[in-house]
Amino acid sequence: MLAKNGIPELEELSVRIPPKERLAKGPVVMVECFQKIPCNPCAKACKTGAITLGDDINNLPMVDYEKCTGCGLCVSKCPGLAIFVIDETYSEKEATVSLPFEFLPLPEEGDEVDVLDRAGKVVGKGRVVKIRNGKYEDKTPVITVAVPKELSMIVRNIRVGGDK
Amino acid sequence: MIKTEVAVIGGGPAGLMASLAAANMGANVTLIDRNSRLGGQLVKQTHMFFGSEKQYASIRGIDIGKFLASEVEKNPKIKIMLDSTVVAYYPDDGVLGIEVEEKKWVKMKADRIIIATGASERFLPFENNDLPGIYGAGAVQTLMNEHGVLPGKNVLMVGAGNIGLIVSYQLMQAGVNVKAIIDAAPNIGGYWVHASKVARLGIPILTSYTVKAAYPNEMTGALERAVIWKVDDKWQPIPGTEKVFNVDVMCIAVGLSPLAELLWQAGCQMVYVPELGGHVPLRNENMETTVPGIYVAGDVAGVEEASSAMMEGQLAGLSAAKSLGYDDGSYEEKKNEVLRELEALRSGPVGEKIRKGLSKVII
Repeated sequence: MLAKNGIPELEELSVRIPPKERLAKGPVVMVECFQKIPCNPCAKACKTGAITLGDDINNLPMVDYEKCTGCGLCVSKCPGLAIFVIDETYSEKEATVSLPFEFLPLPEEGDEVDVLDRAGKVVGKGRVVKIRNGKYEDKTPVITVAVPKELSMIVRNIRVGGDK
Repeated sequence: MIKTEVAVIGGGPAGLMASLAAANMGANVTLIDRNSRLGGQLVKQTHMFFGSEKQYASIRGIDIGKFLASEVEKNPKIKIMLDSTVVAYYPDDGVLGIEVEEKKWVKMKADRIIIATGASERFLPFENNDLPGIYGAGAVQTLMNEHGVLPGKNVLMVGAGNIGLIVSYQLMQAGVNVKAIIDAAPNIGGYWVHASKVARLGIPILTSYTVKAAYPNEMTGALERAVIWKVDDKWQPIPGTEKVFNVDVMCIAVGLSPLAELLWQAGCQMVYVPELGGHVPLRNENMETTVPGIYVAGDVAGVEEASSAMMEGQLAGLSAAKSLGYDDGSYEEKKNEVLRELEALRSGPVGEKIRKGLSKVII
C-alpha cells in the first residue's frame, strides 16, 4: 500500500495502466503518480498535449492515451521519477520498459541486467536496448530494457552488475 | 557601524529570493550568511524539485542554488557577507550584531530586516542516542554531498518524511546500504513518489515503528546495533515486537524546528504552532512581523518546502523594498503573482497541515 510502504497495490495501480487497445498499438506512457502534490513538469514536457493537469497544479496528471506517442520526453523531467514508457509491441515475445535510472555504473546498450519490480525484488533478466543520457535528460538517464512480455507491468527498475 | 537599506539574514532559498526581489525593485541589500557559500540547504539537494517553473520545478536543488547565487553575485545592488553570523538584535536601537569569520564583531543598522534563518533538525530521545554513528540527516547530506565522505556502510533511516526518503535514496546512490526506513507514524509522511523510488531499490519502509535503543561495539564504542519496536495507535511501544538491525549508521530525520532566536530577541510576537514545526512569528500578508520593519521568509516562518520558501522570500523582499518607497510600478502585479503561486502550492491535500498552521499566524 502506497501510504504504508511506497508500493502501489494492483487496485491503486489499475487507474494508471494504459488501455489494452492502446498498449497494442505501440509505446505509451504510464504515469505512476497517485498523490495530489503541487507539481507540473510532466505537462510542461509533453509536446503533444497528452499529459495535462487542468487549472490546479495539485491535480493528478491526466493522460490522453490517443495523443501520447510514447516519445518519453516526460520520463526524465518528472521530479518523482514516476513516469515510464511501455512498448508491448517491441517483438513477439518481448516488451520494453523505459525507466529513469540515476545510478552508477550505467549499463551499456546490449548488456544483460537484473530487472526488479516495484518492491525492488529481482524478477528476471532484461536486455538494455537503448540509453538516453544527453543534455536534455540532465543526469536522469532513461534506460530502455527489453523484458519478457508478461513482465511489462511488473518491471520498474534495473540492477547493473548483480547483487552487492 | 555598517548601514544598509535591507539586511537579509540567511542565504538559502528564501534569503536569495528576498535579496533579488528587493534589489530588483531598487533597494540596497546586504545578504548575510554564516556559511562560506550561498545556497543554504540547496547545495545538498541533488533531487529535482517539485512545483511549477516559478520555483524552478524539475531542476535539481543544487542547480537552483547555483543559479540564484550567481544572480545575487551579479547584482550590483546586493552586498554579500559570508562567514558572518548574526548573533544579536538590539531592540532599543535596532542594531544587528554580527560575528564575522569568528574573529570580528561588526554592527549593522538596517532600515528593514528580512530574517530567513531556516530551521534546525530535531532529535529523538532513546537509549544511547549519542553514540558515534548516529547522525542527523543534514549531517549525512553535508558529509556525502558537500565533502564526498560516506557516513558508513549500513544505515537505519529514522523518519519517512521527504528528508528521510530523499537522503535514503542519496545514500543508495552513493553506494551505502540502507537496511530500512522506519517511522513512528502509521503512514508515510513524505511524498509517495519519493517512497516508491526507494521501495523500487528494495528498501523496506516500516511505519508504526520507533527506535528502542542503540548499542555500541565494545572495542570502538561506535554504533553496531539498533533495536526498533512497534508502536500502537497511541504511540506506545509494544514489547515483543522488537527487530534488530546490524548497522553502523543511524540517520535521524524526524523533522525540523524554526531557527527563531533572532525573532525572540527582536520581541516579535511568537506562537507555538505544531503544524509549522514550533514557535513561529505572527506576520501579515506581506511577511512583516509584529515588529515593524522586520520580515520573515522560509522555514523560520514555518517549516515547509523550498518551493514555498522561495515564494515567501520574494514576497518579503518585494514588501520590504516597497515600504522603503521603491516601486517601479510592478509591485502590485508581482506581489499578486507570488500570492497566487503560494496559494497554488498550498491548496492541495498535502498543503492541508500548512494551511491549518498558517491560519493561526497570519494577522
